[in-house]
Amino acid sequence: MASIFSVIFYILIFLSVYVQVFFFVTFLQNRKKIIIRNSKVSLSSYPSVTIVVPCWNEEHTVERTVNSLLDLTYPKDKLKILLVDDGSTDSTFNVINKFSQFPNVKVFHKENGGKYTALNLGLLHTETDFFGGLDADSFADRESLVRIMSYFDKDSEIMAVAPSVIAYNSKTFIQNAQKAEYNMSVYLKKMLGFLGAINVTPGPLTIFRKKVFDDLGPYRHGHNTEDMEIAYRMQKNKYRIEHCNDAYVYTNTPTTIKKLYRQRLRWIYGFINNTIDYRSVLFKKQYGNFSLFTLPMGVISIVSVAYLFVRIVYNIGDFIYAKINVFNTVGWHFSSANFYPDTFFINSQSFIFLVVFIYLLVVFAMIFGRRMTEGKWGLSLYMLYFFPVFSLIAPFWLMKAVYNTVLQRKPAWR
Amino acid sequence: MIDWKKYLIVFLITVSLFLSASYVSNYFGERKIDQLKSIQDKIAIDILSSETQFSLLSELSCKNISDSVFSGELAELGSKLEWSERNLGATEEVSYLKKYYSLLQIKDYLLMKKISARCGVKSSFILYFYTTAENCSLCEKEALVLTELRSKYQQLRVYSFDYSTDLSAVKAMLQIYKIKDTALPALVIDDEVLTGFHGIDELEALIKKSFKLQETKPEENTQKSN
Repeated sequence: MASIFSVIFYILIFLSVYVQVFFFVTFLQNRKKIIIRNSKVSLSSYPSVTIVVPCWNEEHTVERTVNSLLDLTYPKDKLKILLVDDGSTDSTFNVINKFSQFPNVKVFHKENGGKYTALNLGLLHTETDFFGGLDADSFADRESLVRIMSYFDKDSEIMAVAPSVIAYNSKTFIQNAQKAEYNMSVYLKKMLGFLGAINVTPGPLTIFRKKVFDDLGPYRHGHNTEDMEIAYRMQKNKYRIEHCNDAYVYTNTPTTIKKLYRQRLRWIYGFINNTIDYRSVLFKKQYGNFSLFTLPMGVISIVSVAYLFVRIVYNIGDFIYAKINVFNTVGWHFSSANFYPDTFFINSQSFIFLVVFIYLLVVFAMIFGRRMTEGKWGLSLYMLYFFPVFSLIAPFWLMKAVYNTVLQRKPAWR
Repeated sequence: MIDWKKYLIVFLITVSLFLSASYVSNYFGERKIDQLKSIQDKIAIDILSSETQFSLLSELSCKNISDSVFSGELAELGSKLEWSERNLGATEEVSYLKKYYSLLQIKDYLLMKKISARCGVKSSFILYFYTTAENCSLCEKEALVLTELRSKYQQLRVYSFDYSTDLSAVKAMLQIYKIKDTALPALVIDDEVLTGFHGIDELEALIKKSFKLQETKPEENTQKSN
């Protein structure tokens, strides 16, 4: 029995090392293509863009969101802003209604139907060739849109461009741990962009050619992750998605463990169920790296984290059992002889070195992600927070997402 | 569209990382085995030296001799060997070292017996037989009791023998005390064989009676470790 566990353990470590090395090799191949523009970007033409802000009980953040759109360096007459109140029960509508005085802003109110219905209402009223959404808890950097549009400008094959989403104003321990994770995600997303294998077109300011929706249909519920479902649908239909690393969008991150748990449960549940819905895409070479790398990688990480967690729980249980055994046998006696430190007893099994290697590449991803978002090299304290938060809590939302999938229970949005 | 070459190269890199990790792991494993070997050699020399000293000086230096063999080192070696068996795997090298360890224990035991006979000191030792061939939870419990007793009574020597050790000297001990693998753990205290699990209170009373041992006082401990 122990040997089966050990075989599974080494297979998972092999796959995890493979994934990390794959990312690193992709980085080495493409590192010169990662450009961070500091000067103003000008385009050969400025096509009209419609940006929809779906709102549901966002009275505290939406004003700033809309202001960030009004502040964009993109020509005002080429930017249409649609604010859709999706049946908020707070004063969100009053807040957004103030913006109806702007000539390029339109405000809508509808019955609550979920974020995808709000986006679809926006789509119905979109007359431009480009369409995007901006979550009402996020703020766009002034230069973000023009930088995103520069990708469409140079390549007519590109169908969607995702920005770099950065954690905004991290204060709590949980938020700081997420900050490191968001930085790492920027790096990973850029690599997936190079591989043509992006699996999420994030709600904060991904811009699409309107053609995508004309061809493939509007947003779907997508297990409460409509931004993942549309990316899967695009990949299935071989529509190219790029990542514009220097288009920054700041998003409010969950402040507490409970809120983070709910958000991630929704994301992972969305990943599992969208992957199940699109299982026909898995391991088919015609769907490229998305099918052979991104989706299997997601599955591997879920299985690995769950396995690691079970192993840790088992080891802790085993330790406690041994201590109880000692107590029952000889009572509370602490003999000092048992506590002498000796390097002999340091574990030097091969998996230790491989796990250290994996962690080094994860830290590298965070450091390079930080360079891409903050322009700074080096370690930060937040990177230390990441490991305990995500290795101790992630297994719970992962396993709950699997549990919900098996029992077909749908997680709430918040 | 798919860069198969890259998938292959990454696979090869991953395989070579695995091989390197296992090479490094083996290197450290061997270093540990070397460390065990050097401890064993030192103990072997100590025992041989004590034996020689004992033969040379006869009864005159009883006091010096009884202090010259370091049972503490034997215990340390025992715990390191046990750890190696669990973590480095029951390799040939580890099982060879275990045999050697058993032999050193027997030699130490015989020497102590001789010393006690000639110098008129009551020897205080326990022979302990256990098994690793099958899951023996009582053996594990008994080992805990003995470790505790050993730390409580510094003069007490515990010699432990794995029933499944393939060594004629160990087999001879098993024959002498008529130890059977169905009745493990087994203890020999003052030539009396006890089978099955015996709790700390029972053994403590027994060794106090047999060997008239005193609990180690903290001051004595510090002196010894110095």
